[in-house]
Amino acid sequence: MSRSGVDHEQAEMSIESAICQENSMSAKTLYDKLWDSHVVRENDDGTSLLYIDRQLIHEVTSPQAFEGLRIANRQPWKLSANLATPDHNVPTTDRDKGISDPISKLQVDTLDSNCDHFGITEFKMDDIRQGIVHVVSPEQGATLPGMTLVCGDSHTSTHGAFGTLAFGIGTSEVEHVLATQCLIQKKSKNMLVEVNGQLNTNVTAKDVILAIIGKIGTAGGTGYAIEFAGDAIRSFSMEGRMTLSNMAIEAGARAGMVAVDKTTIDYVKGRPYAPAGDLWQKAVQYWQTFYTDSDAKFDKIITLNAADIKPQVTWGTSPEMTMAIDENIPDPAQETDPVKKEGMIAALKYMGLTADKAISEVSVDVVFIGSCTNSRIEDIRAAAEIAKGRKVSGSIKQALVVPGSGLIKQQAEDEGLDKILLEAGFDWREPGCSMCLAMNADRLDPQERCASTSNRNFEGRQGQGGRTHLVSPAMAAAAAIAGHFVDIQSLNKTV
Amino acid sequence: MEKFTKMTAIAVPLDRANVDTDAIIPKQFLKSIKRSGFGPNLFDEWRYQDQGEPGVDNSKRPINPEFVLNLPRYAGAKVLLARDNFGCGSSREHAPWALEDYGIRVIIAPSFADIFYNNCFKNGILPIIISEDLVNRLFRVVEANDGFQLTVDLEQQKITAANSQEDIDISFELDKFRRHCLLEGLDEIALTLEHAQDIRLYEEKQKEVTPWLF
Repeated sequence: MSRSGVDHEQAEMSIESAICQENSMSAKTLYDKLWDSHVVRENDDGTSLLYIDRQLIHEVTSPQAFEGLRIANRQPWKLSANLATPDHNVPTTDRDKGISDPISKLQVDTLDSNCDHFGITEFKMDDIRQGIVHVVSPEQGATLPGMTLVCGDSHTSTHGAFGTLAFGIGTSEVEHVLATQCLIQKKSKNMLVEVNGQLNTNVTAKDVILAIIGKIGTAGGTGYAIEFAGDAIRSFSMEGRMTLSNMAIEAGARAGMVAVDKTTIDYVKGRPYAPAGDLWQKAVQYWQTFYTDSDAKFDKIITLNAADIKPQVTWGTSPEMTMAIDENIPDPAQETDPVKKEGMIAALKYMGLTADKAISEVSVDVVFIGSCTNSRIEDIRAAAEIAKGRKVSGSIKQALVVPGSGLIKQQAEDEGLDKILLEAGFDWREPGCSMCLAMNADRLDPQERCASTSNRNFEGRQGQGGRTHLVSPAMAAAAAIAGHFVDIQSLNKTV
Repeated sequence: MEKFTKMTAIAVPLDRANVDTDAIIPKQFLKSIKRSGFGPNLFDEWRYQDQGEPGVDNSKRPINPEFVLNLPRYAGAKVLLARDNFGCGSSREHAPWALEDYGIRVIIAPSFADIFYNNCFKNGILPIIISEDLVNRLFRVVEANDGFQLTVDLEQQKITAANSQEDIDISFELDKFRRHCLLEGLDEIALTLEHAQDIRLYEEKQKEVTPWLF
């Protein structure tokens, strides 16, 4: 039930009880505040018309939306709310030669011509600001706290890191937002995921989110908006918070978010699309209200102890099939739920793995460091730190590092990270989604095993028959050096 | 959008939990800039024995005879019986486009992933959530009876057996607005634009609160 609906009923009450009620009723979660501040109108059937402040557009989920606008002879409602960049299909090598696959090229060309036609700002393939939408928008300050943000991509949850209500939508809704700046939505329930205490060395935001998904399952967050809280979460940089929120969708939640604090404000300051001058002070004041009130209620609370979380590796074909690096591959025979057991048997077969074997004995063919989950400067620094003074194992066919944007690539090069990675034997590529979903030329061959910093280990995700293990950037780099999955601690001792 | 009122058709059982959108329509087919033509590549990696690519004549590809959609008894199915968390993963609307293009108009499962569920209604597909016990029962009945057909009545919100002795009479819940849009085949954008004045009023108010967004 919407809170303003409740408030309306209160008007009939005596003043005293109304005030008393008002106090407890006015306690809101971060999600409640974001939702309430964007309701244009409430419909009789429990849905609301929700205002959308920002829409990000890429080439895969937008052509049919623009076509729909044209057929209906509609214009975008608010041009400045939109920002576009091609990412899924762009090549990560030989950019100056353009896109060789004619079908990929047509899709990117279609985005260019649609943006030109309607007057939407686009960072085209040759623009240094081009990159993965979920990397580019925060980097530009186009993602701001307290706003609603959508994109035709499920990993839009990333932007929740800024105390933003951000979620993925389908193409019909992309068209709806273009035409009306609104969406018809039903409010989700509130879930709090708290990670308390201090994290161990080498445990990153990626390990934390995999551990959370391992605990609640890939449907655990379905119907909920998740707020991540607790000292371990607060200690993350914005990059870490983006990694965390990015994978809320892998737990089934369309939106994941973190409350606004000094880390958020410091990150946003001075970015091209962020407010400046007098507006900056006003904005900061407003943004600082986006946190959960102390007595607000959640529909579900999950608590994890930070100290219990170890570096994670997924072993199966769903992100919930995750384990700690020092564990053995689980045995389906131990599983009592018949549907889960079948799922485990099928996953092990697809992955070519044997139950009870130590995951650290599993060798790797390909390493991919990139994607909207882990392609930011901090991720590349983490990989370079492991790579420094070491060599990629001779058994590794390919070790790719794909920065999330042209600007990150430039920053990494300014810091000399590209040289460290190249000297160690990694490939240093141009920005894009790349091997996360293999819509461009970067893909796995059947049965190739990949240590990947991306977000999905579904069958065929990185190429038909390819076997994906999700890990953090440091764990991926360590696997490249060792030729197999390895605890970073032991890598330090032996290599 | 095509209206949905009442339909009788063969139901095909897909006995797998967590069927993701990459499985429903693999990424190489997402490069199309059209809404139609995805049907022959629905569940491509399970349906065929070779690797599918856009522009290839699918009728000449070797099919996987064991995959349920390829079994002759389920030919022409318009109802898909599925398991938990159907449609998880990507937000790609190409997934419902592929299902619709193949001919699927109803999906029955114990649960769906949120974005996929939402996308179905935009494309005239009715996703129905019923309890796991009832889904189990439908799986048993469908698998046991060759040519078994279900009748799905959106107006009455009921699933019944069309051509068998099986006593099936299942009611299902659905959001009022979604039911209305599906029954009438309504254009949601036109509905929202009826409230254009409300949207402008909201924007005027917000220009005071968050001027940096305007």
